[in-house]
Amino acid sequence: MSASDGVAARAVDVWKTYGSGDAAVTALAGVSVDLEKSRFTAIMGPSGSGKSTLMHCLAGLDDVTRGEVWVGDTKVTGLKDRGLTDLRRDKVGFIFQQFNLLPTLTAEENITLPLSIGGKKVDREWFDVVIETVGLRDRLSHRPTQLSGGQQQRVACARALVSRPEVVFADEPTGNLDSQSGAEVLAFLRKSAHEFGQTIVMVTHDPNAASYADRVIFLKDGHIVRELLSPTADEVLDTMKHLDAPDFEHSAVPGA
Amino acid sequence: MLKATIKSLLSRKLRLVLSALAVVLGVMFVSGSFVLTDTLQRSFTDLFSSAYADVDVSVSPKQEKGKQPEPLTAQAVEDVKSVPGVASAVGNVQGSARAIGKNGKVITTSGAPRFGANWTGNGQEKIRDGRAPQADDEVILGAYLATTGGFKVGDEVSVLTLEPKKTFKVTGVYDYAGGRESLGGELSMAFTEPVAQQLLLGQKDAYSSITATAAQGTSDEALRDAVAAKLGSAYDVKTGETLAKEQADQINEGLKFFNYVLLGFAGIALFVGVFIILNTFSIIVAQRTRELALLRSMGASRGQVISSVVLEALVIGLIASVVGLGAGVGVGALLATIFSSFGGTNLELAGIGVPMTAVISSFAVGMIVTVVAAVMPALRASRIAPVAAMREAATPDRPLTKITVTGALVLAAGGTALGLGFAQASLPLIFGGILVALVGVALLTPVLAKPMVSLIGRLLSWSMPGLLGRRNSSRNPRRTAITAAALMVGISLITGVSVVLTSATKSIEKLASGQLRTDLIISGEGQFDGQPATFQREVLTQVEKTDGVSAAFGWASDGVLQGDDRMFAAAVTDVPAMKSMFALQPKDGEIAPLRDDQIALPEDLATEKGWSVGSTVTLQLAKGEPRTFTVAFVWLKSQVLQGALVLPESAASSFRSNQIGQAFVQVDQGVAAADVQKRVEPLFADNPEITVQDRSAFVKQTTSQFDTVLLMIQILLALAILIAVLGVINTLALSVIERTRELGLLRAIGMRRAQVMRMITVESVVISVFGAVLGLLVGLALGVATVQALKDQGISEIGFPWATMVQYLVVAAVVGVVAAILPAIRAARLNVLDAIAYE
Ligand SMILES: Nc1ncnc2c1ncn2[C@@H]1O[C@H](COP(=O)(O)OP(=O)(O)OP(=O)(O)O)[C@@H](O)[C@H]1O
Ligand SMILES: [Mg+2]
Repeated sequence: MSASDGVAARAVDVWKTYGSGDAAVTALAGVSVDLEKSRFTAIMGPSGSGKSTLMHCLAGLDDVTRGEVWVGDTKVTGLKDRGLTDLRRDKVGFIFQQFNLLPTLTAEENITLPLSIGGKKVDREWFDVVIETVGLRDRLSHRPTQLSGGQQQRVACARALVSRPEVVFADEPTGNLDSQSGAEVLAFLRKSAHEFGQTIVMVTHDPNAASYADRVIFLKDGHIVRELLSPTADEVLDTMKHLDAPDFEHSAVPGA
Repeated sequence: MLKATIKSLLSRKLRLVLSALAVVLGVMFVSGSFVLTDTLQRSFTDLFSSAYADVDVSVSPKQEKGKQPEPLTAQAVEDVKSVPGVASAVGNVQGSARAIGKNGKVITTSGAPRFGANWTGNGQEKIRDGRAPQADDEVILGAYLATTGGFKVGDEVSVLTLEPKKTFKVTGVYDYAGGRESLGGELSMAFTEPVAQQLLLGQKDAYSSITATAAQGTSDEALRDAVAAKLGSAYDVKTGETLAKEQADQINEGLKFFNYVLLGFAGIALFVGVFIILNTFSIIVAQRTRELALLRSMGASRGQVISSVVLEALVIGLIASVVGLGAGVGVGALLATIFSSFGGTNLELAGIGVPMTAVISSFAVGMIVTVVAAVMPALRASRIAPVAAMREAATPDRPLTKITVTGALVLAAGGTALGLGFAQASLPLIFGGILVALVGVALLTPVLAKPMVSLIGRLLSWSMPGLLGRRNSSRNPRRTAITAAALMVGISLITGVSVVLTSATKSIEKLASGQLRTDLIISGEGQFDGQPATFQREVLTQVEKTDGVSAAFGWASDGVLQGDDRMFAAAVTDVPAMKSMFALQPKDGEIAPLRDDQIALPEDLATEKGWSVGSTVTLQLAKGEPRTFTVAFVWLKSQVLQGALVLPESAASSFRSNQIGQAFVQVDQGVAAADVQKRVEPLFADNPEITVQDRSAFVKQTTSQFDTVLLMIQILLALAILIAVLGVINTLALSVIERTRELGLLRAIGMRRAQVMRMITVESVVISVFGAVLGLLVGLALGVATVQALKDQGISEIGFPWATMVQYLVVAAVVGVVAAILPAIRAARLNVLDAIAYE
């Protein structure tokens, strides 16, 4: 089995348990999901529902207890450290909530870091497109400490895109930003999906942020419990409220 | 506050272990030196008290300044025998005697004496095999000599004494109580009395000393006084106990010096340790800024913050001192054992003891060093305003102006002290100046760090990991600088010494090829016991007559006294030959053969003494009454022959040895020196301690001792360098902890483990090479300054040990790689997700 055409990343019955015995915590309890190419997908759910865990497993940052994970044509499950490292370098882009950049490198060096680590040449044309889109042209030679939080996140976005990865994962990329900067970053992520065909997966707590996505997946207690396509912020908020209701026990899993 | 201190100590124990290790190693060196010398001193004291156990009273000729003591006569022995209260009295003969081994080479020791004696039969020596010597060609050997040389009863053994090689038959072997082969590694043998007198003292019926035992009821002191009364004032009469003590004291004086040398190196190691601890505390304080600020905002006073840091230092210092003391006792005991069993000394060790000095100095040094190193960071910590620290934990880049100005001033002070030290030839000033200058340079290093690190780093940063490593190493110039400065200390000292020795070698070589116009040099090997080997005048005459020799001269040498001044004098066989071979130029008078009452001297000595041609000079030679000489000529300053008086050949008969110590040969034009050497060498068949060398071999032999000196210093400084390496490891380990999140990020975006390790390694190598480069530069400066100061002492050339310096640089790079191993592995093993989440 492989991730068939049109799917950038796929989880098949993924279980993730932390610890063992009495202290065991099941973070993911049989999650199966296909993340289509060129789509902007958001993952939502209450705190502790397993959003970050799912993302880490998909991105090869963490191993799964059971099940399989694919990125593009690569079966992630079973890869050794070297294979995982190369996968992250070549096929995956990352945007973390904070601390995305190396303080010793300039913005430009940070952006091209995955390429230079892999000893690859920078595609100048693509680089220029990315820089233009994030609007960082005049900040390229600055060090991260000389940039605002929003600018830093935009640098991180540019870095995630510049190597044209199979998937870009973003864990609460706007969590630390004011609404104006957050909106810029989100608009940029949506644009990358729609105009450049970049697959984006974003974890967020913010219904407004989720409304930028083409598809929103809801997690609860390690299960996927709902999903919405191109929802508005209100729809997302509404779904979240219902998620908190005690009777909402993975009753409906539409579209899985 | 104490509780908080201990808590924070425990939470960072791993980080502290490395810096404590620096103190431990330094303290270990200090206490190890004390334990070693103390053990050896007590062993030697035991040795001599057992050597003189049977001696109640000993009589020796009175030692007069500058004079060789006249041997005792047979009459003196009779006189002692006749003193009431004397149970027995024996005349002892003792003098240098060296056996030739079965391989034809003279058997040597590493410091213990080689001597012969008369077989008296009533000393502590017990015959183990065979019998005592009875005929003129018989000898009995000490067991240690027999074992070392592989001699058995019935073998023949050749022996060098005052006379050239003589062969004896071994009739027996003796040892000491309990089957001990020797008392302290000495190689000894005994002849019949007349033979011993002839060979060892060169005189019939002469004795070196008389030992007497007291009859029952007579105390040693009473006997001593009775013997002294009988013999008169021309004799030294001592009890065996006093004699043992005096001789032990003499050796122990030497050991004391040895101890000082070791302590000096221990001091350097500790000095380096201070840098490491200073660095660790700075880093810890920086990391704890928030914690300390919290304490401050909760109402802790500045004093409390300072004392909390100092308290930490005291605890570390205390622990490190205890561990260092323990390790030092172990090391001292180990070295003492090595000395006694492998050093060829065969010394019976007194039990290993821990002298009070070791304990006191260990604790004093360990605690003081740690506290001194912690005070500066503590002061800085206390100055942080609570609010500022709470807001941002990161230490801002403080400007380097103050530290740089201070560094320049300290360096200038050190340089001045060094200059004064050279001018006044004062060792404390010189060493103090060097240390202060090193501190000055260390203070200047932060300013140098940025440009130099980026220069060095450029060579290593061809890939992304390399670039990151280089950037990381210049991230915190102070930290990099202190770490590198620690390495600088050791390397600069070695380089400095190396420059001086290379310059000395070069000067000697230049001298030899320029002013020394001799083709062959005949000299005796240096010996530990007594004087260098000498040979007979007749042999020199034969050399002169050898085919192809155009001229030859030699000298007998000895110390002579002029008033209270001891001077070196050479009784030269042929002044005109010397003039031409040494290219001597007259300053005053004519360089011509000396009459029996004439002397000559070099220009600087003449100026120093205020003598000129015609001055009369009274000299006390080793034998006879003081003699008056007239200055016949003064020669222009010459590098070949300096600081020595030239005496007429006849004066040699008043020297301790009338024989030739060194001779120089010029060969006929067109004749190969090597051919003449082949013809001359057989003349010395009976003098295996004498070598005939051509000029370059002689120069090589003379300069090869420098290599030994350099090696010794390298070994002793190795500990200082080891501590510096600990410092590099420490800094890297701390950096890895500080940059955990960055490492996590790098791994998350696809940096391989090997690349992470390469990044850390580059950082490490950059720091080490930076330290080495600094060390080389400072060492060159120190070396050149010393050479300049020693210009008058004959180091006329400056030579740079390029090859050695490149070696040090390579070693530093290797050190960098090695130091990076553990931190790099740690960094590579970090769990990516944990690292990203690390606070
Ligand atoms: N390293 C770990 N060890 C043990 N349990 C863990 C670990 N990481 C996550 N968990 C647990 O797994 C569950 C899912 O955690 P996860 O971080 O995926 O939640 P999340 O949905 O991202 O929450 P949040 O919105 O708060 O970030 C939680 O119960 C959490 O306590
Ligand atoms: Mg999360």
